[in-house]
Amino acid sequence: MLAKDIINFLDAKPIFIGSPQLLDKEYNNCFASDLMSDALAMISNEDNSTVLLTGCCNVQSLRTAEMLDLDLIIYVRGKILDSDTLEMAKDLRCNVYTTQFTLFDACGILYSQGLKGINAK
Amino acid sequence: MLNKDFEVVNQDYQNMGKVSSQIKKMLLEIGFDPKILRRIAVASYEAEINMVIHAYGGNIHMDVDDDGLITLIFHDLGPGIPDLTKAMTPGWSTANEKARNLGFGAGMGLVNIKRVSDTFDIKTSPEGTILTISFKG
Ligand SMILES: Nc1ncnc2c1ncn2[C@@H]1O[C@H](COP(=O)(O)OP(=O)(O)OP(=O)(O)O)[C@@H](O)[C@H]1O
Ligand SMILES: [Mg+2]
Repeated sequence: MLAKDIINFLDAKPIFIGSPQLLDKEYNNCFASDLMSDALAMISNEDNSTVLLTGCCNVQSLRTAEMLDLDLIIYVRGKILDSDTLEMAKDLRCNVYTTQFTLFDACGILYSQGLKGINAK
Repeated sequence: MLNKDFEVVNQDYQNMGKVSSQIKKMLLEIGFDPKILRRIAVASYEAEINMVIHAYGGNIHMDVDDDGLITLIFHDLGPGIPDLTKAMTPGWSTANEKARNLGFGAGMGLVNIKRVSDTFDIKTSPEGTILTISFKG
């Protein structure tokens, strides 16, 4: 699913767009969690075409994105970033959005549109 | 080929992860494959966070040898892990509220580190914990 479609389905608003060219990038799957070590556990073997949905909006959510080479992060329930976290998004040149939907609803919307989760095995 | 020490500051929640970020960047510059770097970054980040939230900070040593073997040693200043078997159990955690608010405390860190690394060794006592992991570059 293209980044711009994901953003559209979630009616997500940009917090920071570090790489506008990636709005045409195809994302193969999505991972949703407020626990960063869950994200680190699940995503570490994947390619970097995973979108992260999270309600965890502090510096560590972007550190996690950095470690995993994630470039699209969507914060749920209308959360926004403090200035330190925003600075980091700028450094990492990732695309950061916020949606009013809850984590559950955001997942449901993307799943019903055909985006898959990570195969947990 | 490359040898470097980094300091990790006790309870510095804002900056935890910065050393792992530096390590990742340095190894990228040397020319390691992004896929391996992702594994290294995940392990290093989890271990660095453990040093900040469970121990009293310490030192991270990175060594890259001529064959491309990457070794990372995380040496903290205590209080050690009383029961390693429990600590290595997925979901088992003693993380405090502050760590949990930052998205940690799932009890997955050590398990993750072991899974993504090629070798994993942990020595622990009340004086501190030494975690040594390596990756074939
Ligand atoms: N360096 C350390 N010094 C002392 N205790 C530690 C250290 N590392 C881990 N532990 C203990 O082992 C437990 C499990 O560690 P692990 O990293 O697997 O999970 P966590 O840090 O609690 O949560 P997560 O890593 O998923 O955010 C910790 O809760 C803590 O009690
Ligand atoms: Mg941990």
